[in-house]
Amino acid sequence: MYSQGLIGADGSTTETQEFLDAFQKRIDAEEKIEPTDAMPEGYRRTLVRQIGQHAHSEIVGMLPEGNWITRAPSLRRKAALLAKVQDEGGHGLYLYSAAETLGVSREQMTEELHSGKAKYSSIFNYPTLTWADIGIIGWLVDGAAIMNQIPLCRCSFGPYARAMIRVCKEESFHQRQGYEIVMTLAQGTPEQKAMAQDALNRWWWPSIMMFGPHDADSQHSDQSMAWKIKRFSNDELRQKFIDATVPQAEYLGLTIPDPDLKWNEEKQGYDHGRIDWDEFWRVVKGHGPMARDRIKDRKAAWDNGAWVREAALAHAEKRRTRKMAAE
Amino acid sequence: MTQTTPLWEVFIRPRNGLSHKHVGSIHAADEVMAVQAARDVYTRRGEGTSIWVVRSADIVASDPDQAGENFEPTADKIYRHPTFYEIPEEVGHM
Ligand SMILES: [Fe+2]
Ligand SMILES: [Fe+2]
Repeated sequence: MYSQGLIGADGSTTETQEFLDAFQKRIDAEEKIEPTDAMPEGYRRTLVRQIGQHAHSEIVGMLPEGNWITRAPSLRRKAALLAKVQDEGGHGLYLYSAAETLGVSREQMTEELHSGKAKYSSIFNYPTLTWADIGIIGWLVDGAAIMNQIPLCRCSFGPYARAMIRVCKEESFHQRQGYEIVMTLAQGTPEQKAMAQDALNRWWWPSIMMFGPHDADSQHSDQSMAWKIKRFSNDELRQKFIDATVPQAEYLGLTIPDPDLKWNEEKQGYDHGRIDWDEFWRVVKGHGPMARDRIKDRKAAWDNGAWVREAALAHAEKRRTRKMAAE
Repeated sequence: MTQTTPLWEVFIRPRNGLSHKHVGSIHAADEVMAVQAARDVYTRRGEGTSIWVVRSADIVASDPDQAGENFEPTADKIYRHPTFYEIPEEVGHM
């Protein structure tokens, strides 16, 4: 999701300088752009790509967690996880409708996800092996999502900003329920604590990769920042996330699996070790351990649901003609 | 069959005493399913007490290209606002 949403975005644009300057002036004045306003083609294309990929991430993100709903250890945990997964479905729907205001159809976006043309966040291509993973996902993955999404509430495109405000209101519960799961395990038996540590070990690096490539290697950032689609750079957001998360891990008595992680007094933040960008790009391009399953599951849901969509439309048509005949 | 499900705009009344407000849109085959889907998607946390759905295709909107003609003229009609008129302080609040 989120910072990775810009991957593959094409901000190139062919309008006159005069038009672009006038548009930039509106952006600089913090005016919101609404769907029927004149906008550069590159702006529109970038947003369609980013909002679509953000929506896909919410929807695909339901799969790794859905995997544990039937095996949640208590009714309380099951109810919370169900509500969280349902929220993620809702987030996907808010975002698809925001993208649709730009003239792209839901079907088109779904098609691009299934064909692999559109991406989703690399984080969902990792497997959820134990119950502790569900806690770690809420804490770290939703935590990283929150860092990314809060500035998007001020995005220059009105429908995206409004969708993000709804999403952000709902995310806080996701992170807190996750942290509570990890805390329960960390304060439990030695085996339970080891399970929490193991999950943290597997999810830490993928989580900090969620913020996308380093600023120096991030090709689409400058234009998106100027257009205020993006408000903070990838590295700035990653830094905020790490600084917020380290003390939370310390409280739990868990160790972040980065031997180079240390407090930097001068910058008043943590320095971190080298991120394995080869792994990142492999996973983004669909070579993650679960990539094939995720798309297979999405396609199966779409294909197996086809008869329901068709039946609903046929039923609506039948009611419509009956009503017309009666009038 | 590649027929697409129609789009509906969703309006919610947050509580009695307030008007319905646009919150987003939803895809649904008919009005019954649209209300149901709107309930699931937009009211999971007590956001409202009433839902309206309207087919997006049925909405008639002002022409964005005429926004200037339509809405700019009010800007110079400042005499429509109470602050345009000077009332001496002695008269008190009016
Ligand atoms: Fe979400
Ligand atoms: Fe979430």
